[in-house]
Amino acid sequence: MDFSTPPYVLAQTSVRRVMLQVLAALLPGIAAYVWLVGASIVLQLLIASLAALVGEALMLWVRGKPLTLFLSDGSALVTAWLIALAFPPLAPWWLVVVGTLCAIVVAKHLYGGLGQNPFNPAMIAFAVCIVSFPALMSQWPALGLKLSLAEQVQIIAGLAPRIDVMSGATPLDALKTGLKLGEGNVDVQTLLSSQEMFGNFAGRGWEWVSAGYLFGGLWLWQRRIVGWHAPLGFIAGLSLLAGALWVWNPQQFADPLFHLFSGGAMLGAFFIVTDPVSGCTTSRGKLIFGFSAGLTTYIIRVFGGYPDGVAFAVLLLNLCVPLIDMYTQPPIFGMKNER
Amino acid sequence: MLQQLFSFKGGVKPQTRKAPSVQSPIGQVPMPLRLYVPLHQSLGGAPNPLVQAGEQVLKGQVIGAADGWMSAAVHAPTSGTVLAVEQHVAAHPSGLPTLSVVIEPDGREQWIARTPLDHRSLAPERVRELLRDAGVVGLGGAVFPSHAKLTAARTVPVEHLVINGAECEPFMTCDDLLMRERAEEIVRGAAIFRDLLAARRVLIGIEDNKPEAVAAMQLAVRRLGEDHEVVAVPTRYPAGGAKQLIRVLTGKEVPASKRSTELGVQCFNVATAYTAYRALAHGEPVISRIVTLTGNVEQPRNWEVLLGTPMRDVVALGKPKADTSRYLMGGPMMGFEIGDLAAPVVKATNCIIAGSPNLFPPNPPEMPCIRCGACADVCPHELQPFELYWFARARNFGKTQEYHIFDCIECGCCSYVCPSHIPLVQYFRFAKSEIWSREKEKQAADAAKARFELRNARAEREQAEKAERLAKAAAARTSEKKVAPAQAETVTSAALPAAEAAPATDAEAVRKAKIAAAMERARAQRAAVLPRNTEQLTAEQKQEIAAIEARRLALLTSAAQPAGSPPEALTIPEHPTE
Ligand code: SF4
Ligand code: SF4
Repeated sequence: MDFSTPPYVLAQTSVRRVMLQVLAALLPGIAAYVWLVGASIVLQLLIASLAALVGEALMLWVRGKPLTLFLSDGSALVTAWLIALAFPPLAPWWLVVVGTLCAIVVAKHLYGGLGQNPFNPAMIAFAVCIVSFPALMSQWPALGLKLSLAEQVQIIAGLAPRIDVMSGATPLDALKTGLKLGEGNVDVQTLLSSQEMFGNFAGRGWEWVSAGYLFGGLWLWQRRIVGWHAPLGFIAGLSLLAGALWVWNPQQFADPLFHLFSGGAMLGAFFIVTDPVSGCTTSRGKLIFGFSAGLTTYIIRVFGGYPDGVAFAVLLLNLCVPLIDMYTQPPIFGMKNER
Repeated sequence: MLQQLFSFKGGVKPQTRKAPSVQSPIGQVPMPLRLYVPLHQSLGGAPNPLVQAGEQVLKGQVIGAADGWMSAAVHAPTSGTVLAVEQHVAAHPSGLPTLSVVIEPDGREQWIARTPLDHRSLAPERVRELLRDAGVVGLGGAVFPSHAKLTAARTVPVEHLVINGAECEPFMTCDDLLMRERAEEIVRGAAIFRDLLAARRVLIGIEDNKPEAVAAMQLAVRRLGEDHEVVAVPTRYPAGGAKQLIRVLTGKEVPASKRSTELGVQCFNVATAYTAYRALAHGEPVISRIVTLTGNVEQPRNWEVLLGTPMRDVVALGKPKADTSRYLMGGPMMGFEIGDLAAPVVKATNCIIAGSPNLFPPNPPEMPCIRCGACADVCPHELQPFELYWFARARNFGKTQEYHIFDCIECGCCSYVCPSHIPLVQYFRFAKSEIWSREKEKQAADAAKARFELRNARAEREQAEKAERLAKAAAARTSEKKVAPAQAETVTSAALPAAEAAPATDAEAVRKAKIAAAMERARAQRAAVLPRNTEQLTAEQKQEIAAIEARRLALLTSAAQPAGSPPEALTIPEHPTE
């Protein structure tokens, strides 16, 4: 429909504006990330962005869609940045590229492009790569590792050996392994206070990256780009289960705060479960979606085989979206008293 | 003000841009050379012309009589000569012409005899009739015949009468100025409505961006000693939607499936109240209205315009700026583009906005829906517009109804906020009109099928009876033959076929009867397919069909309702600004 129709005035908004604000909201987290691991993360962001734009352009061309309109909508960049932030910062460049292309080409465009993908593309990228390349996806830089930018570039480019610089664990992982090795004789408090990698309330340094995401997320909420339902649901789901187990057995289970600020929890709460395309659309649905994703994340990261559970939890819940939406349709104006 | 306010969900706050057109008082548009008065200016039946070319008419003379109860009369706006009764371009999104009375004013402004009446001394029935014959309709833009809204539900007393002065559409100020300048008449008109409905309380809702109007109305209420309550309501589009204003003032929510009187509430626009008062107390039918002329013009202002005045004449008064590229009738949220300025001002014309590419930039390209839910957040009827959009796009109209498409008031809030710039309202109108036309087709098909089956059954029954009769006759003949004694003994090979021929004739008769029946059936079938059956209709039936056709056509060309207006049988959505 190309004829101009009422309303003849429109709010100042566009998909691009929305996406750019999401990108802007990621900046505080990224800043903390740079402070923690160095500029390599910026490089990863660039690699992912480039791969996403190339993949997007290619698919748009194949599908015969207008290039500039869709390339400039910013949606591919959001996917790219989430991938770069979810992947280990020193992951080889091709891994990031494979993940990003997977997200853009398969998860997004093969399902119909912008607005049509039932699964969160960034989470598909994460899931595919952690299943296909589990070793590479678990190599996180050791804490306090001071590498020059050149060294980081070399590692990412695959020109320097990887093995000796990687500790291979995130704080979540370290806690899990520590508890497992301790076979019930080591308690969480001892672990957290004895190891250098744990900070004030979660992983040292990482807690501030998470805080950065929280800050950006709150800004998005204040700008009404995201609603409160999904993030709050996620945080509630994660904290509730974590809190219950922690109260029951504080020796073997970390406190909710630790879980909220570890791994991808904050990124997930404000930037993943809030993805409008693959998430629920009704208010109650968003609450249920977020809450269940939070619960599932906890179950996977504590009892499952993977260091973190956000990706699998979100993908699992993506599957349930049509059902949740169907059963949570709100009553309309004037029909609230009718069943 | 102790009035407790409620709020409705959703809504948007577009720039109001009302200030330019409230600087000057209401002006009088000079008499145009010709008036083109469309006969169909309200919802419901199209009035039939009562005048012919060459006839002299007086100011206020009925030129189109109300066609049935759901209709309203149309009057000559001034005295003069009828030049023609012909099709003339109408102010309607479709741009289709409509039957109009062309009048050449004689400049004498000679009124018909006007009889001032006191509604309290008349039977309510009579008052409603008078309003219909004075052409009083909803002047908020919906042009719903007012008298048809002035009957309380049988079992529910009317608790609240809401008088709508909210005027939430950007640019529009005609109600504002009317309230500022003619508050007393509005207050008196509201009292008429109150008396007819036996309403307990009268609530006059005005958006709080019109303090002058609020003050004027309060003053008028005080001065007349009425107990209407004038309430300033928060400015948020579409606060002036009838259902939204009812919600804000009374807390009641009227669903699409109900009339507001069923919930003990009714709502009228301030301008409607004004015309009702003029009609009864002064005997003046509706022959003019206040029109806001604003937008890309040098002199934005409100004008009192005789109905039938070509828009071009009105527009010229505002001195449109050079880059004016188009004109809208109504507000920018729910209005439509006027294709031809030769179209006349009608009862639905509340506002004419000159537009420039600057003022109304072309819509940005449509992107796919990203399911962001922004549309659902602002929908005052708490619908899920994006779901409706998906289903409308997929032509899954059953689902659109499941998701309450007929509760959509086409306010445009959803389109306004959509980051993907999807013309959602267009999709909803499309879906609605598809559903209506399918409904109509289905009704027609059902009727045809029923007719066909009836004929079929009758034909079959008749043929079966005939066959039975034939069979009986044949059987009787054979038994006669069998009884015939002599030849029976001399059975030869030659006689054998004859003997066998007897039952054969029997079978033959049945077969023939069957063929005849089949042929008759086929004929009946053909008759049902071809509209031959119209030949047997009585003159009365034929007339009725013609009337229905005319109404249908008139509805299509209705000046009142945006594209895809419902046939009368279906509920007519009330216009948000009424
Ligand atoms: S506002 Fe537009 S993009 Fe967002 S859900 Fe509604 S229709 Fe889709
Ligand atoms: S146009 Fe219809 S769907 Fe859109 S906001 Fe208004 S009532 Fe809701």
